[in-house]
Amino acid sequence: MNNDYVVKMKNITKVFGKVKALDHVEFSLKKGEVHAILGENGAGKSSLMNVLNGIYMPDEGSVEVKGQVVNISSPKDALDLGIGMLPQHYKLVEAFSAIENIAAGSRRTTPFLNKKKILDEMGKLIDKLGMDIEPFKKVYEMSVAEKQSLEIFKVLYRGADVLILDEPTAVLTPQEIENLFGIIRRMVSNGCSVIIITHKLEEVMEISDRITIMRKGTTIQTVKKSETTPQELAGMMVGDVMELNVPFLEVERGEKSLEVKSMTAIDRNKVTILDNVTFDLYAGEILGVAGIAGSGQKELCEGIAGLYPIKSGEVVFEGENIVGKTPEKIYEMGISLSFVPEDRLGMGLVSSMDIIDNVLLKDYRNKKGLGISRVVSRGKAELLVEKLNVSTPGIENHAVSLLSGGNIQKILLGREIALDPKLMITAYATRGLDVGSSQIIYELLNAQKAKMKPIMYIGEDLDVLMSLCDRIMVLCEGKVTGIVDPRKTSKESIGLMMSGVMDEGEEQ
Amino acid sequence: MIHIVKKEVSKTRDKILIRVGAVLAALVLSSIIVAFAGANPIELYIGIFQGCFGSIHRFGATIEKMVPLLVLSLGVMVAFKMQFWNIGAEGQFLMGAVGATLVVRLLPNLPLPIMLLCMALLAFIFGAVWLMIPAFFKARFGTNETLFTLMLNYIALTFVTALQYDFWKDPAANGMPKIANLPGNALLPSISGFNLSILFTVIIILVMYFFMNKSKIGFEITVLGESENTARYIGINITKTVIIAAMVSGGLCGLVGMFQISGVSGALSIEITGGLGFTAIIVAWLSGLKVPFVVMNSFFFAILLQGASYIQTAFQIPGSVAEMVQAIVLFFILGSEFILQYRITSDKKKREVA
Repeated sequence: MNNDYVVKMKNITKVFGKVKALDHVEFSLKKGEVHAILGENGAGKSSLMNVLNGIYMPDEGSVEVKGQVVNISSPKDALDLGIGMLPQHYKLVEAFSAIENIAAGSRRTTPFLNKKKILDEMGKLIDKLGMDIEPFKKVYEMSVAEKQSLEIFKVLYRGADVLILDEPTAVLTPQEIENLFGIIRRMVSNGCSVIIITHKLEEVMEISDRITIMRKGTTIQTVKKSETTPQELAGMMVGDVMELNVPFLEVERGEKSLEVKSMTAIDRNKVTILDNVTFDLYAGEILGVAGIAGSGQKELCEGIAGLYPIKSGEVVFEGENIVGKTPEKIYEMGISLSFVPEDRLGMGLVSSMDIIDNVLLKDYRNKKGLGISRVVSRGKAELLVEKLNVSTPGIENHAVSLLSGGNIQKILLGREIALDPKLMITAYATRGLDVGSSQIIYELLNAQKAKMKPIMYIGEDLDVLMSLCDRIMVLCEGKVTGIVDPRKTSKESIGLMMSGVMDEGEEQ
Repeated sequence: MIHIVKKEVSKTRDKILIRVGAVLAALVLSSIIVAFAGANPIELYIGIFQGCFGSIHRFGATIEKMVPLLVLSLGVMVAFKMQFWNIGAEGQFLMGAVGATLVVRLLPNLPLPIMLLCMALLAFIFGAVWLMIPAFFKARFGTNETLFTLMLNYIALTFVTALQYDFWKDPAANGMPKIANLPGNALLPSISGFNLSILFTVIIILVMYFFMNKSKIGFEITVLGESENTARYIGINITKTVIIAAMVSGGLCGLVGMFQISGVSGALSIEITGGLGFTAIIVAWLSGLKVPFVVMNSFFFAILLQGASYIQTAFQIPGSVAEMVQAIVLFFILGSEFILQYRITSDKKKREVA
């Protein structure tokens, strides 16, 4: 490996509104290396790569490619410089064969498709990289791994020698991951350089030469793999424990309310998304759930609420197994789910409706007969706005999508609390909120806890989880890697569990 | 580069100004064409007005054109509210007429009230089934309802053609391919050009207003249309809701088939729809899927239709010119919707914003 830098990014800053997605980030890529970018969700990994790929224009800083300062304003520009990024969601034409997908949009394609020429070139590349692509197979017949290979191939065929892979292993089985790493190694030995975005420590240790750790929009450090350990990486990834103004409420915990026994679920691609998840939840406690995004949090919530099919296992609520009941029945039993998705709307709220109608969503069935009445909901909406200090021009004829994120979340959570549920499951309740709004939400949750309600809180921010929750359950790839007392555990060891290292001293 | 950017919601005053402007611009452009056709535009526009409202008889003709369009639009609206793109109103209309005719053929001697009731019922069922087929396939297998409902139009049309030219051909029509006229006990009673379907339509409007705004199922349809995920999260039975919405949507369109043969044409034929099933899509969409606006816009469209047919005979201008006037007005109104929702910016500006 020589020391030529193919990419140098200096002082990159990118601001979205008030949020600094990237704050004076430094990054460099050597020729012929595999460089991993490691970080939690929202650390700025994808944003940085989107700058390199020409999707975002940086507000400050410069990008050098192969020794020249360049201005990359579109993915096409990036490709002209030899930089190709593999999208997280594949962009292939399902009804086309592999070869047709490669030809489509490639500037090397003549107006009339010369399949033989493409086939020859494909053959050469396939031999060189040891990829397993059948040129005439239709995309809809391909497995996820085959589609990924095809995407990689497409980028290489267009002449890229710097490849950016955004979470490439998230959707693959272990064997397929091995296979992918084989391809990456052969690409590198053929002179390509690879950037791989990931948050899985073991993969980082296996494939990469150097590692850049990012946290909250800044680069923490770039290290050589040979000079670091997984423990050190985990520590840098999660950072030091911050003092937060999240009050922990001391409550004598009550009776067992919910018991989940070896809950297992598989997703559409037959991947096990929940693997033998077992835990208890008691009255008057907040059980935190930590984990990298996509570790099964969503399926766990939806599984308990009856919205996701459970393959095996039991969910016992108040002495009754609720697996197999309809979502409506489970809701009537007093289990409430408030899930704040990435775009905030769409799971529990209807963006184009006003506050009254959104309150009505959970109320309208209570009225007998065929009709609906907004009288009760109007009262509840008024109370909700007043109690939670929601700033809105009105509760009627003003779509909730026009409100700020914090206010939307207050409505979602406030509505669930107003229903006085027996069990609250809330996910990402403070996603994207400022400190003040988050504070109100934590207080709401603590008030519920004081009323001896069992609460499950799925969160992203470890600092918050550690100060708010009585216990933290850590998920990794659908498995419980530990249930710990945050007051007796270090943040670093939770970080390790999030990356798949099992908790040694199970305290339960 | 020039970009098209979505606008913030316009003010009511701007909306009215833009729409009025569009109609005026359309009339100015139409005037040029009309002048070339050898008529005085001003007189012609007065003629359109007179043709629609000049006498009881003409007003009756306007209402007669409004009724089927209005009910079809309400039907289409229900499906659209759920984001189920029912392009098959035309076919449901025809199948409804087939259902109504079937009653008359099987039980020709029923007394008038029972006859009409049975015809309406079967027309509703036939139309409903014609839409529930694609709805079922969509709910079960995720098929594309736009194509499915569109194709069913042609099947319905071919089916009625087969009935008209072969199976149900009237032997008494001297070899003319037509289906026998309905007997007197199967015709909607009428008073000076206004038939009973108008009364039914008023009831339908009121029921549909309640259905869309005040009923549980209407609320569920709206929620489902806005966000399937939210519908799932609050425990709406999605398959059931889709099927019910399809039933109401297709059923209303089918009912129009009965209104049309029993109140206007007097017999089933391939010409009864006059393309209204497609016009209804435009009406429903322009009305923002709201019942009061559907009523208003149906009336507006009926004026265009009736006005065009009147000026042809009154001013001796070719039918195509009348249709052009109609099309130009429509084109400008639809165009103004674009201006209401989008604005055009240049590349430079956008960069600064981004």
